[in-house]
Amino acid sequence: MQLVLDGIGKKVGVETWLHPMSLALRSGAVTVLLGATQAGKTSLMRLMAGLDTPTAGRVLVDGRDVTGVPVRHRDVSMVYQQFINYPSMTVARNIASPMRLRRQVDVDTRVRELAAKLHIEPFLDRLPAELSGGQQQRVALARALAKRAPLMLLDEPLVNLDYKLREELREELTQLFATEGSTVVYATTEPAEALLLGGYTAVLDQGELLQYGPTVDVFHRPRSLRVARAFSDPPMNLITAEVAADGLRLRGGPVLPLAPSGALTGGSVTVGLRASALRVVPREHDVALPGRVELAEISGSDTFVHVGTAAGELVMQLTGVHYFELGAVLTVWFSPAQAYLFDAAGDLSMAPQRNRGQ
Amino acid sequence: MARIELDLAHAYRPNPRQDGDYALLPLKMTFEDGGAYALLGPSGCGKTTMLNITSGLLVPSHGKVLFDGRDVTRLSPQERNIAQVFQFPVIYDTMTVAENLAFPLRNRHVPDEQIRKRVGEIAEMLDLSGQLNRRAAGLAADAKQKISLGRGLVRSDVSAVLFDEPLTVIDPHLKWQLRRKLKQIHHELKLTLIYVTHDQVEALTFADQVVVMTRGKAVQVGPADALFERPQHTFVGHFIGSPGMNFLPAEVQGSSLLLAGRTLLLPRRTALPAGPVKVGIRPEYVVIAASDAQGAVPARVQQVQDVGTHLMLTAEVLGGRVKARLGVESPELAPGDTVWLQLVGEHTCFYVNEELVP
Repeated sequence: MQLVLDGIGKKVGVETWLHPMSLALRSGAVTVLLGATQAGKTSLMRLMAGLDTPTAGRVLVDGRDVTGVPVRHRDVSMVYQQFINYPSMTVARNIASPMRLRRQVDVDTRVRELAAKLHIEPFLDRLPAELSGGQQQRVALARALAKRAPLMLLDEPLVNLDYKLREELREELTQLFATEGSTVVYATTEPAEALLLGGYTAVLDQGELLQYGPTVDVFHRPRSLRVARAFSDPPMNLITAEVAADGLRLRGGPVLPLAPSGALTGGSVTVGLRASALRVVPREHDVALPGRVELAEISGSDTFVHVGTAAGELVMQLTGVHYFELGAVLTVWFSPAQAYLFDAAGDLSMAPQRNRGQ
Repeated sequence: MARIELDLAHAYRPNPRQDGDYALLPLKMTFEDGGAYALLGPSGCGKTTMLNITSGLLVPSHGKVLFDGRDVTRLSPQERNIAQVFQFPVIYDTMTVAENLAFPLRNRHVPDEQIRKRVGEIAEMLDLSGQLNRRAAGLAADAKQKISLGRGLVRSDVSAVLFDEPLTVIDPHLKWQLRRKLKQIHHELKLTLIYVTHDQVEALTFADQVVVMTRGKAVQVGPADALFERPQHTFVGHFIGSPGMNFLPAEVQGSSLLLAGRTLLLPRRTALPAGPVKVGIRPEYVVIAASDAQGAVPARVQQVQDVGTHLMLTAEVLGGRVKARLGVESPELAPGDTVWLQLVGEHTCFYVNEELVP
């Protein structure tokens, strides 16, 4: 199914909720809508579903103009943050409901199949209220999948779950999306979730569509500072720099021996460094940023070290568990080849080379 | 301040018969004077029950709570001299920030001069100095929660300060700053702090000792590196880290290990009983090896995800599935490829009946 948004916008009174945008979603694939809360993700999804009508532009499904066609006349399934199920129906009847509406045959087989995929088979005869939050959301997901709609919209479906459950379900979902073949739109505030889902990503910020493309490409080549900010967690380290004869002079002193493109002569630019590009053990040609430890946050798989330096406060990501005393002296190292460069207008002018293909 | 000992069990209903009837299974636990502890686990694991028993909000159905050797099992939080900080701000809107911070001290008739000094110190630590004379009513949720934290920490004569998910209402971007504050405050004030959370970053960052709980049982008490490197229980291996530890079935025969269809030499210094074991390997410690290399096992690539800072490989080996966190410089792999993995090494953990073999 091919969903195309053609110059759509949404105004409510004098307020602009969505600035005019055009977007042709990759059909049969997952598109992640990535953005902070209030970025416009839900507003955009409501237009895609037909729950709302845009105030400008057209919505096209397989070339047909469906702008203004209400949701009940569209073939869409939706999953929300809250676990929405029919409270008086058993899990099995909940999952079956979209199929019964269509008088489908073989409903039981399909219910069992979906329940097995989502690991809720043992609960088919229970009521939703008797299940944990994670299980309830699995029921809602199974019902959405049962509909076999060519367009499936999921609005932060895992946000209300514990992180381990989130991890498990996200993995199951990516596999289900791959096998079901629907066009899927999945809204999230978390950059890491976008990367794990893969597919394509549309970055939204303050009602504006900033960039759309394959998820890894958008991550590795953010078009602007705004995209880089929206698509990094921990945040990308951003350091102001001056274009000098011998390269780029970072705030606080050190010079990066980079030859920026002609467009960057003079004026101030921004150097971007991913947290994972910073390290404590230098390699050849590394640049040093001396500082002091402000905090080491430990996630288990990673340690995020906040370091105060003359270039500003930086965050460094190290694999595994590492301890640092608060206030300890620490030099942060990085390779100039890992630096992103944004011009005075905030547009990307250089990204690190990637040594692998798509 | 006090050394707190728990030797108890708790069931919410009378006459518990089996393990499932207990919210907390029989346990012995000591919180040392001046330590920073976190109780970490999924919802329903018993962490809040343990916190409420420690504070005196709940009387355990079996056993005792000792503060410095004194039985306080039936004493209230006030009588135990416990300070508490909850999920949501508990402050007086009509009072100024300074009056709010002073409140616990005024209640105890601390002399004015001392109150002024202490309130000044706490406000300084929490960056509230500039707002001391403002009314609490107009402040944002995170500022209000900082006042709650300040009220919990303002008395230096408490037995312990107990926190129940105190950063829930804090904006994600500000969380790390408050984690840093709490850590600094612990270093400076040396109070006994007990902190309940389901967030691994919060627990591992804040606490010197993390109590990992599941199904009413504390399965490991230890610092972050021990939980990561030497999980005492398979649950800890699974719960700490994203993704968690890989587990594969294996069989010990003398000095060799039958794993994934290969016979490997057991790493030195491991004395394992003959018979079936579960092998635990962190994704961070899986290494790609040359074909047929000594100690390596063959695997079939299922998925390779570029998650930005590294690659996540999912591969099938005989007997199970393995996730591996690979550097971005790793060789190009595609689903269906055969790859050789070095699984067993010095970081490998072995489990019998879900417990670590020391």
